[in-house]
Amino acid sequence: MLSIKNLSASINGKTIIQGLNLEVKEGEVHAIMGPNGSGKSTLASVIAGRETFEVDEGSVTYMGKDLLELPAETRAREGIFLGFQYPVEIPGVSIANFMRTAINEKRKYLGLEPLTGAEFLRLMEEKKKMVDIQSKLTSRSVNEGFSGGEKKKNEIFQMALLEPRLAILDETDSGLDIDALKVVAKGVNKLRRPDNATVVITHYQRLLDYITPDFVHVLYDGRIIKSGDKNLALELEEKGYDWVKKEAPAGA
Amino acid sequence: MDTTYSSLEKDRLIELFHREKDSITELATPMVNRIRQHALSRFEKNGFPTKQLENWRFTDLTPLLNTEFRFDFSNKSRSMDIEKIFTCDVYDLDTFSITLLNGWFVYKSAPLTKLDNGTVIGSLAKAMEVYPELIDQYFGQAANTHQYELAALNTAFVQDGLFIHVPDGVTLNKPIQLINIVNADHPVFLQPRHLIIAGKGSKITLVHCDHSLTHNVSFTNTLTEVFAEESAVVDHYKIQNKGRNSALITNTFIRQKKSSTVYSNMITLNGGFTKNILDVSLPEPDCRSEHFGLYLVDSNQHVDNQVYIDHIAPDNYSNQLFKGILDDEAKAVFSGKVMVRRHAQHTIAHQNNKNILLTDEAKANTQPHLEIYADDVKCSHGATVGQLDPEAMFYLRSRGLCERTARQMMMIAFAGEVVQKISIEALQERIQHLVEKRLRGELSICDQCMLHCNSKEPTAFNIDMSKI
Repeated sequence: MLSIKNLSASINGKTIIQGLNLEVKEGEVHAIMGPNGSGKSTLASVIAGRETFEVDEGSVTYMGKDLLELPAETRAREGIFLGFQYPVEIPGVSIANFMRTAINEKRKYLGLEPLTGAEFLRLMEEKKKMVDIQSKLTSRSVNEGFSGGEKKKNEIFQMALLEPRLAILDETDSGLDIDALKVVAKGVNKLRRPDNATVVITHYQRLLDYITPDFVHVLYDGRIIKSGDKNLALELEEKGYDWVKKEAPAGA
Repeated sequence: MDTTYSSLEKDRLIELFHREKDSITELATPMVNRIRQHALSRFEKNGFPTKQLENWRFTDLTPLLNTEFRFDFSNKSRSMDIEKIFTCDVYDLDTFSITLLNGWFVYKSAPLTKLDNGTVIGSLAKAMEVYPELIDQYFGQAANTHQYELAALNTAFVQDGLFIHVPDGVTLNKPIQLINIVNADHPVFLQPRHLIIAGKGSKITLVHCDHSLTHNVSFTNTLTEVFAEESAVVDHYKIQNKGRNSALITNTFIRQKKSSTVYSNMITLNGGFTKNILDVSLPEPDCRSEHFGLYLVDSNQHVDNQVYIDHIAPDNYSNQLFKGILDDEAKAVFSGKVMVRRHAQHTIAHQNNKNILLTDEAKANTQPHLEIYADDVKCSHGATVGQLDPEAMFYLRSRGLCERTARQMMMIAFAGEVVQKISIEALQERIQHLVEKRLRGELSICDQCMLHCNSKEPTAFNIDMSKI
């Protein structure tokens, strides 16, 4: 589904990612872990199409398409979803209006009829139940005045509505208490399907107690220096990042 | 009689006044004519405002006065059937609708209407004849001709406009809608004058629409006095959609008595040159005074909002929020001043002006002022000039919205903060619709016009999305 080959990316001339390779297949859950500044969020931004990052080398192929050729909105319509580490507050734009517009722009792109108001409301009710989001949240402006937990739940709610093929969750666990973490993880697990994939970016192993990854990758200095199964996360928790740093062959 | 001037200077206007004195003063009460005389000498002393004045630093009238204007000192429009040339689609609420054509009251049956509840609505000129005691009690009591040069000019030449008197305790269920239309085949100089009296405990909603149905040059210097007596509630909406060649100056003077509430909302959708002057005086306690404004301007349009709120008595609340989106080379000026006098303890006063510039050439000059002489008050002011938040843009796009849709959504949301202050739901919806239409580039000044002149391109607002 997603194939990243020898990717290098920079911001303002500073290289953040260098020579990164990653393969994600349908039905898989990947966890990308790494210390602060290792390039985790940059990787998420490059996949989602944030223009502030420059891709200097390599390729990203998604469902057979050259992803780097597509603007951010087209990537979203093709089924890529980025769960933001810091969801943006947009006063005056209601979540309902925002999501209805997003869904209908996607449907238009796919050659489908737009959802009617009633159809959208039904869909929204269904997804609200699915991810345990409070009713009143959706009539409010996007993220405005939301708590940290509400913002992250809102991300998962949007993900549920947009039904992405590939979801990238950028530090969705940061700033969450354990209850909010469970709600978010439950949402992600419910949305898992054999034909979609999830990339969970996280600093801590904690989230992986609730979302079980098929693969764990350690990102350091802009490259993946170690990959393994879910046990790698536990090992990391125990031994710390210094352990992999030492293990990593120089210049790998 | 029509009189034409190649350039408007103070002396020529004074001369014009003396020549036309008989027709100008004919319908007014002796008291009004005394106030007029006083205002004339004020204008004679001060003349037109210049850029040397603090409130006119960024707004230059001089080029606008350099035109051959015509003055109409007698009402030629009263026999017209206004619906033949204009129907308002601003909103479909049931309203009591009144039209002024080129500054003169247009009526089908009678120049003054008295409703069953005692409310009088109609021509100011006629009210001077029928209700001289009301006129003499209120006329000129709010308009400050000492400090405001153009208020002096308007008062000196006052002839007609809208008169409303709502008796004590009366709630008007229907909003009153005033439509000011400029339609002439030659440049005109107009000075309509309105007097709104809301009696004790009364309630009134006034929707004031300014339109031009002509691409000709026009200069309107209008003045409205609003008196909110004890516990009265006044909602005053202004919707301005004027041609590129029009200059519109509105002078609004509001006097609030004890426990009264006044909301005003100024929505400028189009206008070559617009300056809105608002002066609010709070000489008695327990009042609420809230004033909102929204301006959406492009090409080389110029809009200036000047607000002065005078907290004289204690325990009053005032709030100002003015927001604008500027495209192309448009210019906006905001100067707001809140005066909190020594005895005005427990004043709460807020003031905010926010601007979004879509180009490097668009300009916003914003000057919020607070002048506080009391020591137990809560006051705030702020101003921002910026662009649409790029982080928010990316957030919207990352969900599949194209750039254009994302920008429109954010601009509509930005404007929405002001539109949401409109308390009548149906009116709010209509104005929201107009604003959205405007931001999508679909609203032109020709929209509501039946003339179908087709001689000029419709002047639609068209924010160029690629510029941000």
